[in-house]
Amino acid sequence: MSGPSSPILAIRTSPHLVRGSRVDWIMLQVLIALSPALVFAACAFGAAAMLVIGVSVIACLAMEALWSGSSGRTLRDGSALVTAVLYALTLPPGLPLWMVAVGGVVSIWLGKAIFGGLGCNPFNPALVGRAFLQAAFPSAMTNWLPSFSVGRFSSVPESTLALPFLRPVYDARTSATPLAAWKFDAETTDSMDLLLGLTSGSLGETSSALLLLGGLYLIARNVMSWRVPVSIGISVALVSGLLRWADPQSYASPVFMLFSGGLMLGSLFMATDLVGSPMTSRGCWLYGALIGVLVVSIRAFGGMPEGVMYAILLANATTPLIDQWIRPRPFGAPGGARA
Amino acid sequence: MSQLDSASSEATGSMWEAGLWRENPVFVQVLGMCPALAVSNSARNALAMGLATCAVLVLSNTVVACIRSLIPRQVRIACYILVIATFVTCIDYAIQAISLDLHRALGAFISLIVVNCLILGRAESFASKSTMSAAAIDGASMGLGFTLALFMIGAVREVAGSGSLFGISLFGPNFQPWVIMLLPSGGFFALAAWLLVFAAWKERQRPRLQPLEGRAQ
Amino acid sequence: MTEPMATSATAVVKTWQMYRAMVGLGVLCGSLIVTSFLVTRATIAENRRRALDLAVRTVIPGADRIQVFVASSDGGIARGTEDNPGEERVYAAYAADGELLGVAIQGRGLGYQDLISVLYSYDRERQAVTGFAVLDSRETPGLGDRIATDPSFQENFIALDVTLDESGSELLHPIVAVRSGEKQSAWEIDGITGATISSVAVASILRESAARWIPKLNDHWESMRQGG
Repeated sequence: MSGPSSPILAIRTSPHLVRGSRVDWIMLQVLIALSPALVFAACAFGAAAMLVIGVSVIACLAMEALWSGSSGRTLRDGSALVTAVLYALTLPPGLPLWMVAVGGVVSIWLGKAIFGGLGCNPFNPALVGRAFLQAAFPSAMTNWLPSFSVGRFSSVPESTLALPFLRPVYDARTSATPLAAWKFDAETTDSMDLLLGLTSGSLGETSSALLLLGGLYLIARNVMSWRVPVSIGISVALVSGLLRWADPQSYASPVFMLFSGGLMLGSLFMATDLVGSPMTSRGCWLYGALIGVLVVSIRAFGGMPEGVMYAILLANATTPLIDQWIRPRPFGAPGGARA
Repeated sequence: MSQLDSASSEATGSMWEAGLWRENPVFVQVLGMCPALAVSNSARNALAMGLATCAVLVLSNTVVACIRSLIPRQVRIACYILVIATFVTCIDYAIQAISLDLHRALGAFISLIVVNCLILGRAESFASKSTMSAAAIDGASMGLGFTLALFMIGAVREVAGSGSLFGISLFGPNFQPWVIMLLPSGGFFALAAWLLVFAAWKERQRPRLQPLEGRAQ
Repeated sequence: MTEPMATSATAVVKTWQMYRAMVGLGVLCGSLIVTSFLVTRATIAENRRRALDLAVRTVIPGADRIQVFVASSDGGIARGTEDNPGEERVYAAYAADGELLGVAIQGRGLGYQDLISVLYSYDRERQAVTGFAVLDSRETPGLGDRIATDPSFQENFIALDVTLDESGSELLHPIVAVRSGEKQSAWEIDGITGATISSVAVASILRESAARWIPKLNDHWESMRQGG
């Protein structure tokens, strides 16, 4: 992961960075931070998870290589690898591998390449890929394998190996995610199970504790703005707490809201995307608060059990507006001068 | 008086080419996007919508060209809309008489042909300055170009979204449909794919520029 | 060109010319619309009738003649027509020998995307809903639209229990939707995985419509039998 300092740094003027870090160094840190969650996913879902991760990496890197052409510069900086891993972590473990490949291609191509490559993508590429799959194959994207099932290393679920463009066949071993169980059956899940990841769900959303660990590492390394995840957390806790207080029967507790679903993965690793988040501190607070409100609203009032993906994509879309609106006061300018 | 009084066969041929290809209403002028994206989720719907629009376009163009000398400038838009709305209503009845299923599938978009900018655009920019026959040919060529474009979008969406074309299954019962192609966003994807093809084709058609200006565009 | 208004002369177009154009065109267009309405009216009515016939026959096989009934103002039911679109209607289906086979009831309610319109049949002898068809829906293709196509969902309506209580004014068990594969009682609707909202919507459409219509149909069954 070493190479000559690339001119790409010149356009990455994100103020989260207090020192000049190279893209490949940042991406390496993100990969290190994600590794515990990756290992856990492989343990919890076995061979299916490993295949999903492998295919996603191959598809994303192949697309990136195709795009970057002969130079291969953007391939070596590791950003496509990070996108591939993040994208794989948002997928349900039994997803057919051909769908994984389709989404990976969409991530890099529609999420990043057509906007001009790394640094120009308004949306988080991994989430673009997942959003495409969610809309294209809604039933496959809401079929969840139970975690820690017997024989998960020795056998691969039938659905994973579905032939390209054919409908996957699911065996009976599917189960509901904690959020779906709560939304459709009003069943709550034990908070400890949520923290440790003993539930079903997508590859990377089950173990909140390991994700939190990775996030803390990134914050300690100063790679990531701590304001975004903190403001998302506060806003989710506040809004869901308010709803819970108003009507404890129909709304879940803030603890459940915080530790279930893709919130940890999304708020720590996707909302903090250097390109898609605002540049100023105040902007980050506003952006995080917006995501939190959207997440709780979609989960509580929407048709779907989970809304982190759409919340982040919508907030990504508001980032240019936030940056336009909240501008740092030029040094020495008269007080309160706003553009 | 009009640019096509002589109506030579060459001019007519160029008008057909303009509507169908060179100035295609959807792919080149990017007009009439609302029905193009909304009801193009199957080849049958797209074709029906395109033909309905085409029929309205031919009729309204002809009538507008016919009465153009009687209409004072100040009230011309109101008069055009009146003519267009009349034909849309008639087509609406005709479709109901042909097939209720089709009418249900196209829904409000038949009535919305009234506000399709393509039709008013042709009335204002062409028919109001041309003879009846030229206006009718222009309406037919633009309308068929619109139909062709809608059909191309609709065919892609139906093949990907339902694995069939005109309701005939292409890939067998186990095909996994790409639901997104049937949703409104699928219209954008299909349109974008065709625009990409058109852009690539145009790029290849473009004569090679001199090396000096080769990169300046 | 034929533009009547020159650039400088402002008074060239007289007011009456504008009136002439607008009124003349209005009259022409109006008569064209009325003509096409009159020409197509019979065919459209025939199409409607045929579509309805087809729908009623899918929920009540063997129907030979269909009679429309509407809720009358005194709380009973009366013979009705297809004319008033806002009115709720039921369709009594008679066999060739005049026997009343069942009544098809039209129900509407909000689904996931838009209004869902369904037709279901009521069999008084079995006290059950015995047929079900979706007339119109804009549910998500591949997910929600399975309420119309899914064979295991259709099995719910082979005999969906709508027994009335002793007073005859309410259903003994309101129709409810349960999770896929958990149907235990005859009045429960087995939902579709991945289309929970649409299947719950169908259940609530049936529940509301049945609560309104079935007691009434039960009371007036005899008059409908004779009205055949």
